[in-house]
Amino acid sequence: MAQAQDAELSPEIVLEEMKKNGVTDVVWLPDSETNWLYLLMQAEPSLRLIPVSREGLAFSMAAGLAAGGKTPIILIQNTGLMESGDSLRGWGLGLNIPVVLMVGYRGWTRHGITQDTAATYTERFLNAFGINYYLVENSADASRISVAFAEAQKTKRPVAVLVGDEYHGFNR
Amino acid sequence: MFRTADMLEIFQQYRGDAIVVPGRGGRHWVHLSGNPSRDVPLGDPAMGGHASFACGLALAQPDKKVIVFDSEGDLQMNLGILTTIAEQAPTNFYHFLLDNECYATTGGQPVPNAKNVAYDVMARGAGYPRAFAFEKLEDFANNIKAILDQPGPVFVAMKVMPEIENEPIGRRQRWQTRSREQVVKDLQAELGISG
Repeated sequence: MAQAQDAELSPEIVLEEMKKNGVTDVVWLPDSETNWLYLLMQAEPSLRLIPVSREGLAFSMAAGLAAGGKTPIILIQNTGLMESGDSLRGWGLGLNIPVVLMVGYRGWTRHGITQDTAATYTERFLNAFGINYYLVENSADASRISVAFAEAQKTKRPVAVLVGDEYHGFNR
Repeated sequence: MFRTADMLEIFQQYRGDAIVVPGRGGRHWVHLSGNPSRDVPLGDPAMGGHASFACGLALAQPDKKVIVFDSEGDLQMNLGILTTIAEQAPTNFYHFLLDNECYATTGGQPVPNAKNVAYDVMARGAGYPRAFAFEKLEDFANNIKAILDQPGPVFVAMKVMPEIENEPIGRRQRWQTRSREQVVKDLQAELGISG
């Protein structure tokens, strides 16, 4: 049982990582995998949730929050990340915003074989923009989220965390 | 319709110590502003993001008025921001829209349904508690103080004359006096934020 739990990414641990890194605002667009995390975040008084209706808005919103002294995190799916290219370029990279993007890695498999082109292009997209990223598949990987925060602060750039636990990690 | 520069000249008298994100009005605002350390003239980092950037700033700095001069082309690209702003409802947020009915920086082609969009109605429908529309400068001048004296979020649509640019981007005269990075650094220094 314990092994089965370790093989998943616990939303509670993700929330702890956010709190540990001083996240004040979660700018996000829900996807089918994040509902349990949503309920946890909603119950957490130290977090403000800012839903947007298009992922590109998350980058400009986060840029404004960061310019104003807050610590936002962006929580979106890889499909929306690709929709956001110009906003990532102009508002994220252009304004040197030290923000972590947690990106649901739709279509991710450990075998490198996917039927889902959302997964096919995710890392290629990040590489094209020069965005560094860390893969988090289960709770044992969660400390990489803190690594991403430290790197974003140090480099003054967006850093991505790819959540490769699509089908069960954030749901119950 | 009225000239953006004329409107900003009137607005400047009532700006107080508000943070101003001048958007596409920046080319005029940098010459009119009496408080540049609270200005955020970013030009156009990426189309469609001025309002969401300013909303983020307003949420981060709830004790300071944040005023954005958005444009209708930007807003049409990301209309959903209206619902996010209305839901977050920052009382310190003032959303002005420069509606010149065209994409002025690409040669003046009309935006979709250019002459028939009631942006104030859209804002009110999205949940803004107050929204206004002005076509005459005199009406704007008579109402701006009262608008800024009331809490936000508020939306103010204005019909402004297009200032069409046809020069290739590389040949255009730059109006920015600071880099975007410097603008953000200066604002953070002004607000006492360690970057």
